[in-house]
Amino acid sequence: MLSIRNLKVEIGDKKILNGIDLSVNAGEIHAIMGPNGSGKSTLANVITGKMEEDISGTVEYQGYDLLELDPEERAREGIFLAFQHPTEIPGVNNIYLIKAAVNAMRKHRGEAEVDAIDFLKLIRAKMKLLEINESFLYRSVNDGFSGGEKKRNEILQMLMLEPQLALLDETDSGLDIDALKVVSRGVNSLADDGRAIIIVTHFPRILEYIVPDRVHVMLNGKIVHSGDKNTAHDLEKYGYTWVTERINNPTEAVA
Amino acid sequence: MNTSTAQDISEFVGREYKEGFTTDIESDTFPPGLDEDVVIALSKKKNEPRFMTDWRLKAFARWKKMQEPVWAHVNYTPIDYQSISYYSAPKSDADRPKSLDEVDPKLLETYEKLGIPLSEQKMLAGVAVDAVFDSVSVATTFKKTLADAGVIFCSFSEAVQEYPELVKKYLGSVVPSGDNFFAALNSAVFSDGSFVYIPKGVRCPMELSTYFRINAMNTGQFERTLIVAEEGSYVSYLEGCTAPMRDENQLHAAVVELVAMKDAEIKYSTVQNWYPGDEEGRGGIYNFVTKRGACRGDNAKISWTQVETGSAITWKYPSVMLEGDRSIGEFYSVALTNNYQQADTGTKMVHIGKDTSSTIISKGVSAGKGQNSYRGLVRILKGAANARNYSQCDSLLMGDKCGAHTFPYIEVKNPSAKVEHEATTSRISEDQLFYCKQRGLSEEDSVSMIVNGFCKEVFKELPMEFAVEAQKLLGISLEGAVG
Repeated sequence: MLSIRNLKVEIGDKKILNGIDLSVNAGEIHAIMGPNGSGKSTLANVITGKMEEDISGTVEYQGYDLLELDPEERAREGIFLAFQHPTEIPGVNNIYLIKAAVNAMRKHRGEAEVDAIDFLKLIRAKMKLLEINESFLYRSVNDGFSGGEKKRNEILQMLMLEPQLALLDETDSGLDIDALKVVSRGVNSLADDGRAIIIVTHFPRILEYIVPDRVHVMLNGKIVHSGDKNTAHDLEKYGYTWVTERINNPTEAVA
Repeated sequence: MNTSTAQDISEFVGREYKEGFTTDIESDTFPPGLDEDVVIALSKKKNEPRFMTDWRLKAFARWKKMQEPVWAHVNYTPIDYQSISYYSAPKSDADRPKSLDEVDPKLLETYEKLGIPLSEQKMLAGVAVDAVFDSVSVATTFKKTLADAGVIFCSFSEAVQEYPELVKKYLGSVVPSGDNFFAALNSAVFSDGSFVYIPKGVRCPMELSTYFRINAMNTGQFERTLIVAEEGSYVSYLEGCTAPMRDENQLHAAVVELVAMKDAEIKYSTVQNWYPGDEEGRGGIYNFVTKRGACRGDNAKISWTQVETGSAITWKYPSVMLEGDRSIGEFYSVALTNNYQQADTGTKMVHIGKDTSSTIISKGVSAGKGQNSYRGLVRILKGAANARNYSQCDSLLMGDKCGAHTFPYIEVKNPSAKVEHEATTSRISEDQLFYCKQRGLSEEDSVSMIVNGFCKEVFKELPMEFAVEAQKLLGISLEGAVG
């Protein structure tokens, strides 16, 4: 589904991404872990199109040269980003934005606008799953939302848009354990054979609830290690220094 | 702002003015120029009674001695008042249509293009339209329904003929003929407009609406609206404006007077979409308008809501004189400037009676090289005990070549008054835009959504069908203006 080859982002002489290779197939859940400043968010920005300059390498998504598409085209092709810091849009009802987004996707697929009653039914079901109060819909987008509410709102949008490829950028940060469980439940409800999910995080905890097929560790703009779900446990146990040591002394690496 | 957004702005600017068609129709037009004879000829043409002719001449005499105001934060080449024609009417006016069937089909087509459904069948939505084409009111719909309620809704010319006593009593009672340069000019040469009279205790059964349209070249449109709401009555009045695309500037100097007696309420909503000029700033309407309402009785209420997206220059301060005790004045405004548009707009709230209150919500949106100024006066007179005012002026900037300015004037002569003023300036952020795009919305839709959100407090004051139109208009006016 997604194939990234030798992706580099250099701003001036600063290398932010330094040759990323990553393949994600339909049905897979990947986690990208790494400390702050390792380039995780930049990777998400490149995939979604927030960052469009200073890029080299290739990003292929479902046969498209992704870097050629506008951000909105990528979104309509099924790429969704759950933002780390969802922006506030005063005066725009949450439900209005979500409905506009759903209809933008439908239009792209050549479908008619969503029926108002069907839409309400569906969004209520999703809200129930995410334990969100109905008043949520009629508040301005993220305006005055708590950190946890913003994150839930991202997941609500994701469930309504049913993306092919969902990127979760530190969705777990700032969530208490109960909220993390609820959000994870939402994410798991989306996961199926046809979709892929990439979770960007620096805490392994979310991966207890959303079990990844692959875990990649990023350091200094590079994926320095890829492993199965146990990688997360190792990271929790040994910290990122463990990975650093692995790189420095590849022969002594733990399996 | 990065280069790609700068490019977006220039693409944005490339939009076309959708209402910029002209109607090819024979018209009866005065040659350009203005003197006493023109005023007299105009009055004669309209078969006006003596008092009207005299009133016009008095206004003209005052105007001649007045100077065009220069204090507004706008720049334009001086207007040559002698190069303007002061009267233009569709020729068929000589034998006026008695029903819609008799109306020139080309005229109807024009209105159709503007999206104004004139035929009564289409009017089931409950809006009565008094359509002003150039200087003359062409057709008034729903007259009968209104007449049954005792409501008078007709063209100003008709009012002068049919209800001269009412006209005589109220004309100039809120905006005196010598009030200001443009009001004086209007008083001398106004050609038509609308007249509304709501009798005591009547709630007007439908929203009244007038669409004005400037068609002929080089004509000034000087319309005059007078609305009188007697004790305990209510009326909601909608005014929409468009004009064809011309390279020359056209002058529009209107006067609107509202009179609300005891316990009466007038809600006046405007969506103004006059031609704003092209992307180089050529052409466009000079919109110099005097709008004022008087709350004559206790508990009277006047509410102005305006969405100003058009005109090359807007100079407009819908005001309320709060004479009655506990009377209420409101001003809700969205003013948008793109390309080279300039707007200097705001309100005056003059608190005269006790316990009077006023609310001012102003939203200025600037894009391109647009200059947007809020100018407002809150005056609390000595006798206005416990007067209250709340003002909020928010500006939204798009791009780095536009400007937003706020000129609030506050004069308080009574120590018990409470006056609050808040002002903010913000930009559409890259983050907001990207957030919307990441949800699959196009750039235009994203901008439109964000700007509409910014203007929400004003839009919710508009009648439903107008709110929808205003939202669309804002989207169209801003196509591409990102920053």
